[in-house]
Amino acid sequence: MKRSPPLPAQHVRGGNIVISTPPLLGRSHQESMAMTSHRQPKRRRFSPAPASPPLDLLADELLFLVLDRVAAADPRALKSFALASRACHAAESRHRRVLRPLRAELLPAALARYPSATSLDLSLCARVTDAALSAVSAASPSNLRAVDLSRSSGFGAAGLAALSKASPDLVDLDLSNGVDLGDVAAAEVGRVRRLQRLSLSRCKPLTDMGLGCVAVGCPDLRELSLKWCLGLTDLGLKLLAHKCKKLRTLDLSYVMISKNSFPAIMKLPNLEVLTLVGCTGIDDDALGSLEKDCNKTLQVLDISHCQNATEAGVSSIVKSIPNLSELNLSYCCPITPSMVSSFHRIPNLQILKLEGCKFMADGLKSIGRSCGSVRELSLSKCSGVTDAELSFVVSRLNNLLKLDITCCRNITDVSIASITSSCTSLTSLRMESCAHVSSEGLRLIGKHCCHLEELDLTDNDLDDEGLKAIARCSKLSSLKVGICLKISDEGLTHIGKACPELRDIDLYRCGGISDDGVTQLAQGCTKLESINLSYCTDITDRSLMALSKCAKLNTLEIRGCPRVSSCGIAEVAMGCRLLSKLDIKKCFEINDVGMLYISQFSHSLRQINLSYCSVTDIGLLSLSSICGLQNMTIIHLAGITPNGLIAALMVCGGLTKVKLNAAFKSMMPPHMLRNVEARGCVFQWINKPYKVELEPCDVWKQQSRDVLVR
Amino acid sequence: MDSNQNNSRGQSANLSSNPLYYQFGSDNPLLSMGMQQPFHPFTSPFGASSSTNIPQMDWNPGTMLDNLSFIEEKIRQVKDVIRTMVDNGGQLTYRPGELGQQQQAVNADLTCLIVQLISTAGSLLPSLKNSSFLSHPPAGHMEMANHVGSSSSMVPNTAAHSEDNNEDLCSPEDYEELFKGFADGAVEDTEIENVLVEEQDTKDGDEGGDAGMDGDNLPPGSYELLQLERDEILAPHTHFCSICGKGFKRDANLRMHMRGHGDEYKSPAALAKPPRDASAEHAPVKRYSCPFIGCKRNKLHKNFQPLKTILCVKNHYKRSHCEKSHTCSRCHTKKFSVMADLKTHEKHCGRDKWLCSCGTSFSRKDKLFAHVALFQGHTPALPSDEPKDSSDQVGLPGSHQEPAKLASSVGSFMWGNSSGDDSALDVKGLDSCSDDFLSTANFGSFNFSFGQLDEFVYAVPSRSIEAGSGMPATASEHEASLTDWSIC
Repeated sequence: MKRSPPLPAQHVRGGNIVISTPPLLGRSHQESMAMTSHRQPKRRRFSPAPASPPLDLLADELLFLVLDRVAAADPRALKSFALASRACHAAESRHRRVLRPLRAELLPAALARYPSATSLDLSLCARVTDAALSAVSAASPSNLRAVDLSRSSGFGAAGLAALSKASPDLVDLDLSNGVDLGDVAAAEVGRVRRLQRLSLSRCKPLTDMGLGCVAVGCPDLRELSLKWCLGLTDLGLKLLAHKCKKLRTLDLSYVMISKNSFPAIMKLPNLEVLTLVGCTGIDDDALGSLEKDCNKTLQVLDISHCQNATEAGVSSIVKSIPNLSELNLSYCCPITPSMVSSFHRIPNLQILKLEGCKFMADGLKSIGRSCGSVRELSLSKCSGVTDAELSFVVSRLNNLLKLDITCCRNITDVSIASITSSCTSLTSLRMESCAHVSSEGLRLIGKHCCHLEELDLTDNDLDDEGLKAIARCSKLSSLKVGICLKISDEGLTHIGKACPELRDIDLYRCGGISDDGVTQLAQGCTKLESINLSYCTDITDRSLMALSKCAKLNTLEIRGCPRVSSCGIAEVAMGCRLLSKLDIKKCFEINDVGMLYISQFSHSLRQINLSYCSVTDIGLLSLSSICGLQNMTIIHLAGITPNGLIAALMVCGGLTKVKLNAAFKSMMPPHMLRNVEARGCVFQWINKPYKVELEPCDVWKQQSRDVLVR
Repeated sequence: MDSNQNNSRGQSANLSSNPLYYQFGSDNPLLSMGMQQPFHPFTSPFGASSSTNIPQMDWNPGTMLDNLSFIEEKIRQVKDVIRTMVDNGGQLTYRPGELGQQQQAVNADLTCLIVQLISTAGSLLPSLKNSSFLSHPPAGHMEMANHVGSSSSMVPNTAAHSEDNNEDLCSPEDYEELFKGFADGAVEDTEIENVLVEEQDTKDGDEGGDAGMDGDNLPPGSYELLQLERDEILAPHTHFCSICGKGFKRDANLRMHMRGHGDEYKSPAALAKPPRDASAEHAPVKRYSCPFIGCKRNKLHKNFQPLKTILCVKNHYKRSHCEKSHTCSRCHTKKFSVMADLKTHEKHCGRDKWLCSCGTSFSRKDKLFAHVALFQGHTPALPSDEPKDSSDQVGLPGSHQEPAKLASSVGSFMWGNSSGDDSALDVKGLDSCSDDFLSTANFGSFNFSFGQLDEFVYAVPSRSIEAGSGMPATASEHEASLTDWSIC
């Protein structure tokens, strides 16, 4: 529904009009795109209708099946479909369930066109006014079940009142980040009787009164997030626990919950997931307050960053939740053997997250003894992880599927050897910055763990041999080998040939990479969605040309690749039509031409970093025609004038965040800035020194090591 | 304790010949209204009511004779008591409590004798610094109270000890000490006296509350039961000027009023609080019955629960058996029969910001949440028009602060007045005080200070030092008690 008719000329010129008829179903969307991608005269817009009368005769059910498959292949195709004929337009109107408008002002028209829409996602509208929300009630009786206002601001209790009146069947409401929403707004939410999912995260003015209204008004609540609602106290939470017995998922992170209401929350009869990140009131007293009571339903408990909890509290809470399957104790308390041995009371424990914890002697070993059922273990940034203990643990945890040992700096090849020999079924291994593991050790990973789907070897001693071994993991979908200075095109070629499922690759500061390797990768991994080639200084337009064949690419980061020019960007823009995130900082060669191509073809673009490019006002203005653009970083652009900038900002209505030179602040008329801010845009004024030179990767690595040591 | 008092009643009856006894018994000015007949015949030879006893500037042999004959009479009484103790001593029939009671009584009498002797002698010695001594009876009260108090607190242990103490007290060094202390006494002491009076007032006010009703449940028969009549309970004034007949609610106000009738009423002694229950422990415990037949507080009720103080009677009677004539000026719905209740309510009326959707309002959030949790469908309600509400709230306290301000100004005025008067009275207070000092009525005040002895003695220096900071606090306390009382 991105735009309602009349259609801008661009779309016709772009020629992505697809006539999806049943005979075409067998053919891939790609083909249909190719077939119709040549330039077509405007009058042909309606010509297919008489040519394919059977489309009108098809039952809605069949048409919807067609549309489901079209949408699954490429959501943009739906628009083309709707433009094929009146019948297609009508069918598409009846078919669409999810509305994700770019402008809240268009809401009435959108709701009128899509009467059967059940879900309204306003996350692209930075500013949604009360008037826009009341338009929902003006529309015919809406079937809305879900409304997402998590990224929007500008509305208040009046808008929510209109919404609740118009959509009594609302089940799912996301009001996260409503930093201005308080009790009055919550009282309006409380009128939506059937609400089942509600997020009030970061609604900071909310107090017990508002929560009380919600608790009484929405007895069917199943999921509730009250993260960062700092105004809440035990009184409100007790009432919530008393009134909303159906709650299954509750997020109370950073809420001032204490032992007064914790038992009441824990006694919720259906509670399955409880998140208590950073609750300072959760101390040993609170955790121990339900010694006798048992919560048999709770499966996930997250008490990470609860600084006041210690081993005694954790040991006692574990006794009360026998069916727990996931426990997160990150940054919580030191891990002692006695605490871990209490985990034998939760025999179904599958996921154990202990990020940033300090391991006491034998603490890790006792995990091996007491938590045999664990499938996912996170030890990232833990201190006190030694080879001997880690080897013992992995030898006991044979079912381990995911292991995170990021920044466990003391482990060596010994640990890797035991991990690879014991946990051959690993699907995910994260071991960023394990500096003492050698390249020989890393080769073992590929040799033994063939089921890996996710591998993070950032900042390790990986070489081409290692990559060749990793290439045996045919299901690999995410590979992060940033800051691995030893790898070269040869290794990448192995990956490209053997890992067709690869979707995400990170080659950040891999100085040995050049166009050949990227070309091989792009040819082999056609499903690639995200690639990071930042500071691979040898990359040229040839790589981008190869990548333009990866049609699903949505994230391209080529920061600090000075040899890339507008030609390469043009190729990517034309080939990768789903591109939504682009970082071309310090690609000095890229100029307005590249921007013109991007504005022409990359209509999905959401985020762009243009710093240090040769783009001028013209390029910026053309970029601003991309309606979905939300995030721009424009720092140290020599060719940008305040006038051009303000013009671009005024045109680009969907912006939510713009980073600009602090120097511009005084040069731009304040009322203009206020106008842009009123639309929901946030300015961030950056005052960084101008720095053009790019140091080689090894120098950079050494420098960052030095910083770390210091 | 209760049983002790109960048992000591017979013993106390022996002492009934002692004029002091009844004098003390009638300490409560409220009660005096209903008990005037037994009161009069036992007036002490010195004229218990200081108001009628005109001070004499010169030495009067007649007065001296009277004094001495009183002392003689007194000694005879004490001797009788001691004799009976000696007679019964061999049989050991006394329980320790009774013995203690007797010893205390004897001790009180002896102390009285000592004081009388001192003052009688003092009036004969012009070289003594009478002026400073006698014009500051409060200091004397304190010092004497100190000694007497310490001895009396010891009494229950040994009989001999009390006599030792008495001997100590009679030693010449002690007198010198005493006089020195009096001479040094100076102005602070008068202030202290005032403080003491205020504290007593405050205490009275506190005791008057309903809390006193059920403080201790004495078994029936262990107390003296009194029943005031309706007119007495509802009488607006309980203290009347003996000269012009004007009525007052508080005796302090009466004393202030009395100053207008002549200089003799301006002496610190005349302005001091009348003696309080000298032998409170000997007197039978008093409890009160509500005159309303059928009331649970009426003595005919089968589950009779007595009322503890007169104030309880008044408040109870008004609350339970009178029309609620005071309406809240804010909400116009709540009605009260006791003005203090209205004032308390008005302090909070309209401030119940915790509202429920059912219209009920609560003064506390947890009360509201408990209510919401209890009832199905009730929701916390947010104040609908916040700006209007806030302006309301701004307006209301203003209108309500007026009485409070008034009261505070009255309070401070009273305070300033009384202290100022005291200092002014210093000059000519000499002999009026001396007489007053000797009167049995005043002796009671020694006894009264037994209980407060510790805090009193220790409080003295600190109060005098930080008079600047200490006074306002007391003044506000005083104000609080004053407002509470004046309503009743």
